[in-house]
Amino acid sequence: MLGLEKKDTSLLIIVAILTMCAPFILNPFPTGSAMAQFNAGYPDLMQRFVIFGIFAIGFNILFGLTGYLSFGHAAFLGVGSYSAVWMFKLLGYNILPGIVLSVITSGVFALLIGYISLRRSGIYFSILTLAFAQMSFALAYSVLTPLTNGETGLQVYNSDPQYFHSDALPNIPHLFGQEMQSTFKLELGAWSFDFNTGYYICALIMLVMFYLAIRIFRSPFGLMLKAIKTNQTRLNYTGLNPRPYTLAAFVISGMYAGLAGGLMASMDPLAGAERMQWTASGEVVLMTILGGAGTLIGPVLGAGFIKYFENIFSKINDTVLHQWFAFLPDGMEDFLIVIIHPFVGKGWHLTLGLLFMAIVIFLPGGLVEGGQKIAQKFRGSKAKDDTTATDSTPAE
Amino acid sequence: MSNSNFTRRGLLKTSAMAGGALAAPTLFDGSVWADGHSGYLNAPTGSTVTLGFNVPQSGPYADEGADELRAYELAVEHLNGGGDGGMMNTFSSKALQGNGILGKKVEFVTGDTQTKSDAARASAKSMIEKDGAIMITGGSSSGVAVAVQGLCQEAGVIFMAGLTHSNDTTGKDKKANGFRHFFNGYMSAAALAPVLEARYGSDRTAYHLTADYTWGWTQQESIQAATEAMGWKTANNVLTPLATTDFSSYVAPVLNSGADVLVLNHYGGNMVNSLTSAVQFGLREKQVNGKDFEIVVPLYSRLMAKGAGENVKGIFGSTNWHWSLTDEGSKAFVKSFGEKYGFPPSQAAHTCYVQTMLYADAAERAGTFNPCGIVEALEGFKFDGLGNGETEYRAEDHQCFKDVLVVKGKDNPTSEFDLLEIVEITPRAQVEYAVDHAMFAGGELGKCNPGA
Repeated sequence: MLGLEKKDTSLLIIVAILTMCAPFILNPFPTGSAMAQFNAGYPDLMQRFVIFGIFAIGFNILFGLTGYLSFGHAAFLGVGSYSAVWMFKLLGYNILPGIVLSVITSGVFALLIGYISLRRSGIYFSILTLAFAQMSFALAYSVLTPLTNGETGLQVYNSDPQYFHSDALPNIPHLFGQEMQSTFKLELGAWSFDFNTGYYICALIMLVMFYLAIRIFRSPFGLMLKAIKTNQTRLNYTGLNPRPYTLAAFVISGMYAGLAGGLMASMDPLAGAERMQWTASGEVVLMTILGGAGTLIGPVLGAGFIKYFENIFSKINDTVLHQWFAFLPDGMEDFLIVIIHPFVGKGWHLTLGLLFMAIVIFLPGGLVEGGQKIAQKFRGSKAKDDTTATDSTPAE
Repeated sequence: MSNSNFTRRGLLKTSAMAGGALAAPTLFDGSVWADGHSGYLNAPTGSTVTLGFNVPQSGPYADEGADELRAYELAVEHLNGGGDGGMMNTFSSKALQGNGILGKKVEFVTGDTQTKSDAARASAKSMIEKDGAIMITGGSSSGVAVAVQGLCQEAGVIFMAGLTHSNDTTGKDKKANGFRHFFNGYMSAAALAPVLEARYGSDRTAYHLTADYTWGWTQQESIQAATEAMGWKTANNVLTPLATTDFSSYVAPVLNSGADVLVLNHYGGNMVNSLTSAVQFGLREKQVNGKDFEIVVPLYSRLMAKGAGENVKGIFGSTNWHWSLTDEGSKAFVKSFGEKYGFPPSQAAHTCYVQTMLYADAAERAGTFNPCGIVEALEGFKFDGLGNGETEYRAEDHQCFKDVLVVKGKDNPTSEFDLLEIVEITPRAQVEYAVDHAMFAGGELGKCNPGA
């Protein structure tokens, strides 16, 4: 179907079902129960899941296929966001021009940075991209303040031109009148599920991007990128110049990042310079490695994993802990809370770091490898030689 | 949790049936119950109401954030009838009963702004969307305050700003759903300038180091305008990134600039580091143009004074509130805060506590949590007994107008908390400005947004 092999089609269908049913899957606990703390099915976080999914899919096209580790991908995300907000300021709140422009500008930006950075490979390439990204961050943060509004972040004011804005249109980001933040709440007994317009638009775009990524992975172009990763010297000896291919991969993944940035601004019309900082670039590397570099579904899983921790674990404070352990005797309760305290709330980085270490040590292939191992356990010895049945295969 | 099966769906069903059966709109119109708890975002349906406390728990303002959180917890305790009631007893409005807000028990959720606009908005969004927070408050940076205020306006909940001192928060970035109790850069400058003139004379040259974001910019602009009006000159203004920790490269050029006053438009950890740097460079022992070199820190707080230690002695600045004030409100607040935590509150804690009380009181007086009702109740609201004397929430820009304190680092502190002494209480009239003042022009409040 759609020019895909059977295996890839089923993967795409699985991802489609997962994203479309996300409001149900992410809200497994009844509202009001103690476990509701772990529900992730609210619009903002669901949007983040798919937006960072797009970001990580794009990053994986570069890193997973060619092996070039870019440490500056957040710069494209930021450029995309700024472009989108400028479109809101100049043209109006319809998200379409913003998204289109964010892809174009980040593509041009990626071409520029890629052309220079790709003259080197390995660690030197990583450092070059990092330097460019930090430079962009510094520019956005202070030098280009008239363009980016510095630390405060670029936002839309009532006094902005907004040429195509009319009173009939909503005063927040929308797609032809459909407000991004409008949410339909479905109450089923004790459960409550949020269906958000912005989320579904992002999810549809992610599915298209995911499909595109599969096509790239399976194309002759993708094969060439894998060849670059395997042995670039040998490729040179066969008379092929790898640079146009790597540059194309770099630009494509930069455009993916720009699209993610544009979507982020469309969901929440403010672009801050922090999203270009090196920590943001490092985050997408973590997402990809955590999920499984070079696999199709891995980066999306990794993005979801990290965003879940950032938004859910960081909100567990001592009051919440006291509620959980209220049934225990006082001494035990306080003791347990003292033990858990450093790992939740503002200590969520610590938990994530430990999990990251565990995954890299025990599952070098990321969450995807974990999934494969579990699947193998279930199928028993029979599945040992049946590797095609798993979600996807690592590139190497 | 309560045992009643009071779901939103049930409520909608019931009200639809009731509306249909009665069919007489006059009977239903203006019903306090319908107005009070429906028709706006996150209307509380159960026996509790959720407030969102969004404070920096990491980054350069983490100390302030921790103290803000303490104040919020204390405020919630008092609103729910616990503790000694604190400033509820001295507050001039007596609407609060100590039984929660409008009879609903107050619960809260917390989040970390990380002093980053993006993170703060994500955190506030999750509070609104996931936890059903009806009001967001907190923050210790104007950049964050402006960003979150914009979000609350779009989403349709009330934002009660925490510590934010930029002119923009109630100037060009003001929003109908946002309110600020804290003072601002213009007020600091207006209060500080006469004191500086009296001590240091009117023939001085100032060198500004300024935190590079909305607060730094507007405070520097205000101070420069006020000091130049009394005859000072401005040698230079250097912008420093918020994340800077080593200021020596910024302080070194001051020595050769010909300036004889250094103005540090820094706050929190930034100020502690830049002041320490300046003192280490021996600026305070220097003589320039035949005059002693002086340092001024326009926005002061006890937490910063504590961080900077010995270095703050004799340095002038302004502050919104200080625990050594002796009015009834301040005494009551310092007492209950001290009893709970063992040390006096900072100005950040004070403003956050007061903001929570003001919100609760406004909801109580309006008879609803509807943001538009709250806005109506707070606009032009005059009150007293919350530590700053007579105060007014100006309707045109949602800024509180009250007296401003000019303080000085104490020469002989008697304890680790007794670091600042009040030099002068500048009356409100002296720091007041017109709504369309050039430094505040450009924005508009817009209309209150109830979100649904």
